[in-house]
Amino acid sequence: MLKNSLKLALKVLARRKVFTAISLAGITMTLSVLMAATAVLDNVLAPRVPESRLDRILTLDYVLMHGPENTERSNPGRGFLDKTIRNLPGVERTSTYSEIQTAVVYDGALRAELPYRRADAEYWKILDYRFLEGGPFTAADEAANRSVVVITEDVRRKLFGGNAALGKMVDIGGEPHRVVGVVPTVPFTQTIAYSSLWVPLGPATGEQQKATFGNLIAIVLAKSTADIPMIQREFNTRVSHVPIDDPKTFKEIRSALDTTFEGIARDLTDDKFGARGPTVLRIGFLAVALLFMTLPALNLVTLNLSRILERASEVGVRKAFGAPRRMLIGQFVVENVVLTVIGGAAAFVLAFLLLSIFDAIDFLPGAHFDLNLRVFAWGMLIAAFFGVFSGIYPAWKMSRLDPVNALRGGAM
Amino acid sequence: MITLTSIDKVYRTERVETLALQNINLDIADGEFVSIMGPSGCGKSTLLNLIGLLDKPTNGRLTLDGQHINGAADRSLAKMRNEKLGFVFQSFHLVPDLTVLDNVEIPLLYRKIGSAERRKRALAALDRVGLSSRVHHFPTQLSGGQQQRVAIARAIVGKPRIVLADEPTGNLDSAMGDEIMGILEELNEKDGTTVVMVTHDDRFAQRTGRTIRLFDGRQVA
Repeated sequence: MLKNSLKLALKVLARRKVFTAISLAGITMTLSVLMAATAVLDNVLAPRVPESRLDRILTLDYVLMHGPENTERSNPGRGFLDKTIRNLPGVERTSTYSEIQTAVVYDGALRAELPYRRADAEYWKILDYRFLEGGPFTAADEAANRSVVVITEDVRRKLFGGNAALGKMVDIGGEPHRVVGVVPTVPFTQTIAYSSLWVPLGPATGEQQKATFGNLIAIVLAKSTADIPMIQREFNTRVSHVPIDDPKTFKEIRSALDTTFEGIARDLTDDKFGARGPTVLRIGFLAVALLFMTLPALNLVTLNLSRILERASEVGVRKAFGAPRRMLIGQFVVENVVLTVIGGAAAFVLAFLLLSIFDAIDFLPGAHFDLNLRVFAWGMLIAAFFGVFSGIYPAWKMSRLDPVNALRGGAM
Repeated sequence: MITLTSIDKVYRTERVETLALQNINLDIADGEFVSIMGPSGCGKSTLLNLIGLLDKPTNGRLTLDGQHINGAADRSLAKMRNEKLGFVFQSFHLVPDLTVLDNVEIPLLYRKIGSAERRKRALAALDRVGLSSRVHHFPTQLSGGQQQRVAIARAIVGKPRIVLADEPTGNLDSAMGDEIMGILEELNEKDGTTVVMVTHDDRFAQRTGRTIRLFDGRQVA
């Protein structure tokens, strides 16, 4: 029966060209936008070089102190990090690096403002940059606070015309730094790895060693994803024991060691939902996707309903010859799903073209959006869901047609 | 085979009540070829729809092949239509998007029959009506008479006990009409299929075993 429904679906589509074209246009445009959006989200959330271990990376990027009349929030300082993230059970590596800052780079007459970070040596072991030249600075470089720098390919092009940069000097804020490594340009959507320049974090001063607040970010690499809840629980326990600098003003200290999605959820929801933030965000994404699909789905529902009269005779004949209602519904839903899946495949091609254009014009510098198998699978799933969603009501209506009226030509 | 006892059919809308059939009493035996005649609007098609289980009587009792039909669920009526009945319509009602062969297979889709067996039976039915050379054509590529022959093949592919034909020659010229009547006669004589046919044409009515006449929803003969 499924084979027959598929066969009939393709025949109906081939014969009713106008309906097919109009329906496909709406479906293709909607799904191509959804697929492109999925590709962007995939770029942010899915592990990819140099964040290939993203599924095992947890980030700590804020400390909040809360009191009856005051709240202060900032990046953590080394003092807070030392008390909370050193030697956490289940953690393979820990790294500390600075929030993105702007460096003024000089090259003769050229002056450029570029994003830069200070990072420790462990940073390069947690992230997996594929070095085009040289390699990362080491723990020894960091301990000695050497003036070395890793740059991106983009910076190499700007400063050295794309020629080899290893060993050359870059003036950062008036201080010369020797290039020890060149990495591919990283898009800003990869929030942990993004920067144009990296210099060693360097040793902390006495004051910095004790500070709760600072301008740092810490990442930990879990031994396995299964260890993440345990790591987070232990971290939370440690946070609850961190002494508050000013207990008269602040009563509570808060922080979080989040996966990427948890961090995004916390930021987007302004931490209003706590641990339920990721669930709320998932529901939010789903709601937006559903809302976006609603208009074309309703359009398709309307088109399908208008076709009921056209196909009333066929429904009447099938019912006369004993078609059960569920089989009629199944047939028409399959027809609709075939249409939307074809639209999904066309949307995939259109989304591919769109994203290729984005890549070609370097729409988001360094970002490379691709439609991998995961995005394709999601796209097809969305298309099939769209087909069922927009087909079920017209199919149900069709199945309820009175056969006598249907054979006469159609009232519902 | 088919028994109607005191059958009424009333159509009700908000304002109007129409008595389409009144006190119909009818017995059609197994293997009969019966025609139903009467002026337009007298209830012929309504009667055929009731016998074909496409509609339900307002009052009265209907028995088909020994089974009492009143109050039966839609699902069991659909099953009975699939197993015991075949339909031939004045306007053929072939699915234009399907080939002749696919059209004839339609009744078999709702039985537990594999695709190879379905195909075999459909080809046999088409051969019976002389259309083996047109199996991959579409209905719009056939003449009226050929389309009606496809419709007959579709009606008989499931080997029903009863074929109901609603003015099967109504849209055909006399030569094609004769051809169609010939096929129906052969079905009745050779296979013993009970045929109930609505017709306006006295010539064709005379070729049947018995004629039931209706006038204003009542049986007059």
